[in-house]
Amino acid sequence: MTQVEPWVILSFCAIIFFIGFTGVLIRRNILIVLMCIELMLNAVNLTFVTFSKQLQHMGGQMSVFFVITVAAAESAVGLGLVIAMFRTLRSVDTDEIQLLRE
Amino acid sequence: MSISPFFFYAFASIAVICSLFVILKKNPVASAFSLVLVFFAFAGIYALLDAHLIAALQIFVYAGAIMVLFVFVIMLLNADVPSFDMGRTHLGLKAVAGLLSAVTLGIFIWTFKSSAWNAALGPFTGDAIEASGGNTQVISELMFSEYILPFELTSVLLLAAIIGAVAIAKRKLSVGRSQ
Repeated sequence: MTQVEPWVILSFCAIIFFIGFTGVLIRRNILIVLMCIELMLNAVNLTFVTFSKQLQHMGGQMSVFFVITVAAAESAVGLGLVIAMFRTLRSVDTDEIQLLRE
Repeated sequence: MSISPFFFYAFASIAVICSLFVILKKNPVASAFSLVLVFFAFAGIYALLDAHLIAALQIFVYAGAIMVLFVFVIMLLNADVPSFDMGRTHLGLKAVAGLLSAVTLGIFIWTFKSSAWNAALGPFTGDAIEASGGNTQVISELMFSEYILPFELTSVLLLAAIIGAVAIAKRKLSVGRSQ
C-alpha cells in the first residue's frame, strides 16, 4: 500500500471527534470538557484541510483559519467562565452548577 | 492521495493514543500535556497535506497560546490535584456514551468509505499553487481579496472576546450558594 486513501484520513478525523465527544459526556471536570471541545474543533479542521486538498479548492484552508480564530476566542472566554465559576463555587466540577435548582 | 503512508499512520496513531490519554487521565496537567502532543501530531498531518501555513498556525496558536492559557488557569485555580470524576460517573452513562460514539463513528466511516468523489475540482492543483508562489502566498492573496469581509469581522470578534473575557473573569458573580 503506497497511497493513503481520503476516506482513511476522514475516518481518522471522525475517530478523534468522537473521542472528544465521549470525553465531554463522561468527564465532569470542566477544564477537561473544554479540552475535549478543542479536540473536536481540531478534528473538524483536519476534515476541512482534507477536502481542500482533495477538491483542489482553497476555501477549506481559509475556513480553518477562521475556525482557529474562533477557537482562540472561545477558549479565552471559556477559561474566564471557569475562573468566575471557581470564584463563586470553589470547584471546577460541573455537578456543582445547580444555581437554578433552588 | 499522494502522501507518505508511514508518516501519516505514525502521526495518526500518536494523535489517537494521546487523545485517549486526554479523556482518561485523572490529572488535568497530564491531560493538558497529552493535548499538546495531539496538536503537534495534527500539525504534522497538515504539513503532509501541503497546508504549511495551517501547520504553523496550529503550533503557534493551539500548542502555544491556547495550551499556555489552559496550564495557566490550572495553576491559578490550584486544580492540579487528581480529580476522581471518572469514578463518580455512572457505569451505565459511560457505557451509553461509548456505545453511542462507536455506533455513530461506524456510520461515519461506512459513509466515507462508500461515498464517491464526483464533485467539481477547483483550480488549485499542486502545480498551480507552486507556480503562483506557494501555499502561504495563495492563502494571503485570497484572504485580502475574496475573504476580506470575514477577515475584518474576525477582528471585531477578537475585540469582543478580549473585553468579554476580562469582564467575566474580573467580576465576582453575586449569586451565592445557599448554605
